[in-house]
Amino acid sequence: MEVSSIRNGVIIDHVPAGTALEVLAYLDIDPASTRLALVMNAPSTRYGTKDIIKMEGDVPVDLEALAIVAPRATVAIVENGVITGKHAPTLPDRVVNVIRCVNPRCVTGSERGLDHVFYRVPGRHAFRCEYCDEEALR
Amino acid sequence: MLATLFYEPSTRTRLSFETGMIRLGGNAVGFAGTGQSSVSKGESIADTVRTVAAYADVIAIRHPKEGAALVAARAAERAGVPVINAGDGGHMHPTQTLADLATIRQRCGRLTDLTVGLCGDLMFGRTVHSLIETLCRWGNIHFVLVSPPELRVPQYVLDRIDKASGCSYEQVRDLAGVIGSLDVLYMTRVQKERFFSEDEYVRLRDTYVLDRARLAAARPDMAVLHPLPRVNEIATDVDADPRAAYFDQVANGMLVRMALMAAVLDDPLPGYGDEKRQTPAGEQ
Repeated sequence: MEVSSIRNGVIIDHVPAGTALEVLAYLDIDPASTRLALVMNAPSTRYGTKDIIKMEGDVPVDLEALAIVAPRATVAIVENGVITGKHAPTLPDRVVNVIRCVNPRCVTGSERGLDHVFYRVPGRHAFRCEYCDEEALR
Repeated sequence: MLATLFYEPSTRTRLSFETGMIRLGGNAVGFAGTGQSSVSKGESIADTVRTVAAYADVIAIRHPKEGAALVAARAAERAGVPVINAGDGGHMHPTQTLADLATIRQRCGRLTDLTVGLCGDLMFGRTVHSLIETLCRWGNIHFVLVSPPELRVPQYVLDRIDKASGCSYEQVRDLAGVIGSLDVLYMTRVQKERFFSEDEYVRLRDTYVLDRARLAAARPDMAVLHPLPRVNEIATDVDADPRAAYFDQVANGMLVRMALMAAVLDDPLPGYGDEKRQTPAGEQ
């Protein structure tokens, strides 16, 4: 399968296979209004299979949000058909309005105007709601 | 002036806050239930607290939603009014913990090197979560967590035990098999108000009942605690047993809340501080 290269944009590579759409949701990127190509379940020498997201244009990528859902992904910036920069996701200690708390007893489900804030569980790749301590589901 | 904002029913917590403030020489206002306040019109926690912060010097809030006290504390921050969590859903109940600690210290003479059994609804039992969190600061506690599998302690509480110095835990279903090893037995009510399914509540509510016959297997100096109210998890025939400490907790509840309110208002209590103060082992 061949997908044409992008001229100016962003390539997110090494996305866990089958999670490209979830990654877009975490990054708050609307596939309906972004020029992009998804390659899903592509062969990977490192991980066996992977997804790749190619987006044309100046699309901001939140590296902290990316780290939550795809910590081993890489982000390449493409300018005039050439990769001019590469970035790795950085796992944050705290994220705001990236994850939503699913605990029906949590105050974030009823109080208007509250940010959804999650803190990182020490020593683990996991986040908990700052209000109710419920662990984020992925 | 204390404002008690109680969105959930309460007997001991609200009345002990209010009588405690009156005994300190202050006054108390507030609401018990949301029907007579603008909460019934849909007012948010933050707006309610910002309003009350204009009238009161300290606020105690109880709310069915987990994390509500944090929302309230942040809302009152600008006014510089301290907010005390009087219970937020099934999450935490830190002032009950102060009463529990005072009672354990009275009965056991220490807050460390203890085997503490917690029995019943450990998932939604906010007093359980707060007590474990706080005892972990003292260290060297072995927690025996007695519950049906559906009501086990949440992972974030277990993680706290794992992190604490000298603390450990075991999770069991059978109280009879462990009661003889305990210094403290903390019974809890299966809380109807935390269940979305009536059938699930009915199925689990009578899992543990402590009566004189079961208490016979316990040590003669074990302390039986319960945050109250009880339904039927402690038979009334246990009340006369010298090990029953739950009404001591009630009395201590008012005293520790008095001390807490005085502390957050920076209003020293006469005589407080004369006694040698104890500090958790893990605290600097």
